[in-house]
Amino acid sequence: MCGIVGLFLKREDTRSELGRLFSPMLVEMTSRGPDSAGVAVYRNPSPAECWKLTSFNPDPGFDWDRVAARLSEELQAETVAEPNDTHCVILCDGDPASAVEVIEQSDCTQVMSVGRLVEIYKETGLPRDVVERFGLESMRGSHAVGHTRMATESAVTTAGSHPFSTGPDICLVHNGSLSNHNRLREMLERTQGMRFRTENDTEVAAAYVTHRLQMGRSLHAAFEDCIDALDGFYTFVAATAGGFAVLRDPIACKPALLAETEEYVAFGSEYRALAGLPGIGNAEVWEPEPALVYSWGID
Amino acid sequence: MSGRGDNPVILDLEGGSLRAVNARLQAENRTDSETYFRLLNPGGAHSLACGLDAPVLVGIEGHAGYFCAGMNQRAHVVVEGNAGQGVAENMMSGRVHVKGNSSQSAGATAHGGLLVIEGNAAARCGVSLKGADIVVKGSVGHMSMFMAQAGRLVVLGDAGDALGDSIYEARIYVRGKVGNLGADCVRKPMRDTHWKELKSLLQAAGCGNAETGGFQRYGSARELYHFKVGNVRAY
Repeated sequence: MCGIVGLFLKREDTRSELGRLFSPMLVEMTSRGPDSAGVAVYRNPSPAECWKLTSFNPDPGFDWDRVAARLSEELQAETVAEPNDTHCVILCDGDPASAVEVIEQSDCTQVMSVGRLVEIYKETGLPRDVVERFGLESMRGSHAVGHTRMATESAVTTAGSHPFSTGPDICLVHNGSLSNHNRLREMLERTQGMRFRTENDTEVAAAYVTHRLQMGRSLHAAFEDCIDALDGFYTFVAATAGGFAVLRDPIACKPALLAETEEYVAFGSEYRALAGLPGIGNAEVWEPEPALVYSWGID
Repeated sequence: MSGRGDNPVILDLEGGSLRAVNARLQAENRTDSETYFRLLNPGGAHSLACGLDAPVLVGIEGHAGYFCAGMNQRAHVVVEGNAGQGVAENMMSGRVHVKGNSSQSAGATAHGGLLVIEGNAAARCGVSLKGADIVVKGSVGHMSMFMAQAGRLVVLGDAGDALGDSIYEARIYVRGKVGNLGADCVRKPMRDTHWKELKSLLQAAGCGNAETGGFQRYGSARELYHFKVGNVRAY
């Protein structure tokens, strides 16, 4: 199983509502995935020349200021650390690849996402607890995707939780399981020099999407490429800085529902995840077709 | 909702438990009760109005989740919105009417009764059908009527790929395009008896005036499930 949800707000004036609308969608999907939960939230653009690196350390008391000081020293960069439970958003105006290396020098510390907008928070445990730990309900922003996990392909760990981010401001959540991820991972490592952090199949799908985006494809086109490249069961929701897209495998094994109004596009594994959204009674609600890409916004 | 008096029993899912609502509906089972129930705020809950066995009328005023009206006997269940996967699965008799679209596996394994879907039905509509009738006013997705054994499916729109794969003695009528036919499913001639059957199914579904000109019939070539001596080595 697994539950996935997504919410893309079309209008600037509703952005203060993102966390409040999105949190119950995630919590409603608890029965589909009680092992762990995660969200990617697009908000608070970083200042020009500055990157946001959402980093994780299992110790909520971890000394992030020390990491920030080391970044400032080694990269000669302005650095600010904003801790949030086991995660920390690090703002740094140095080279992002070097920043990741410096941050990950600390034991058990891992960078979950890099970008101007995206922040990723994921943890093991019930979705309700994850929402509360990170204060998701009060977050404002333009769009968010989330995942409640029932693990099948790899261990129940924070690193194995979704969303997966493998490129700047890109994230992907997945319900299903892929069958050709090992060969595809090998190809991406060999030909693209991509680096993988987990054994997880979804990380490979995210990396493939990143690779296609780097080739100049749009998010919509990158998802179209997935139909040929990926084998297995999948319903995907992906987001970029300004885009939001949905794809189901050609036999549509995993459930999916989309709803659209003037204000938002919402995705849920089941309708009950969407039932609390404002105006849902008058929304256009439909089941996405197999092997057909749906996308909104700009790449 | 008509013909059942003015005083429906109101059951509200908001604040009420699904189990209590289903228990209230099932309290009429094995009677000839024609009580009219209105289920408010279904919110996509699963297993709504399952296991009914009385000629009650149940109006679900919104979207339903998975397995709505499963195992239905005699009841008339109307979903005012969309239904999730497996609506009317294993229905034995009665009538289930979805005003919106349905997700996959609508009417799966149903033995009897009538399932009407006003919108589209997704993949595997009528999978392993065992005698019920299904009328879809929109289109159906891929693998519909997979291994269907008995019963009829009428589709006023189009059908997706692999229609009727490994079908037994069920019959399929499609007015629009068919993506492709599954293994052992073939187009068959429309004889008088089939036009009559089609007309009566459309009438039962409340669309007796629908244009029938384009309908084609599909069914089993009977090459797959009949034993052939040439295949003896395969056993």
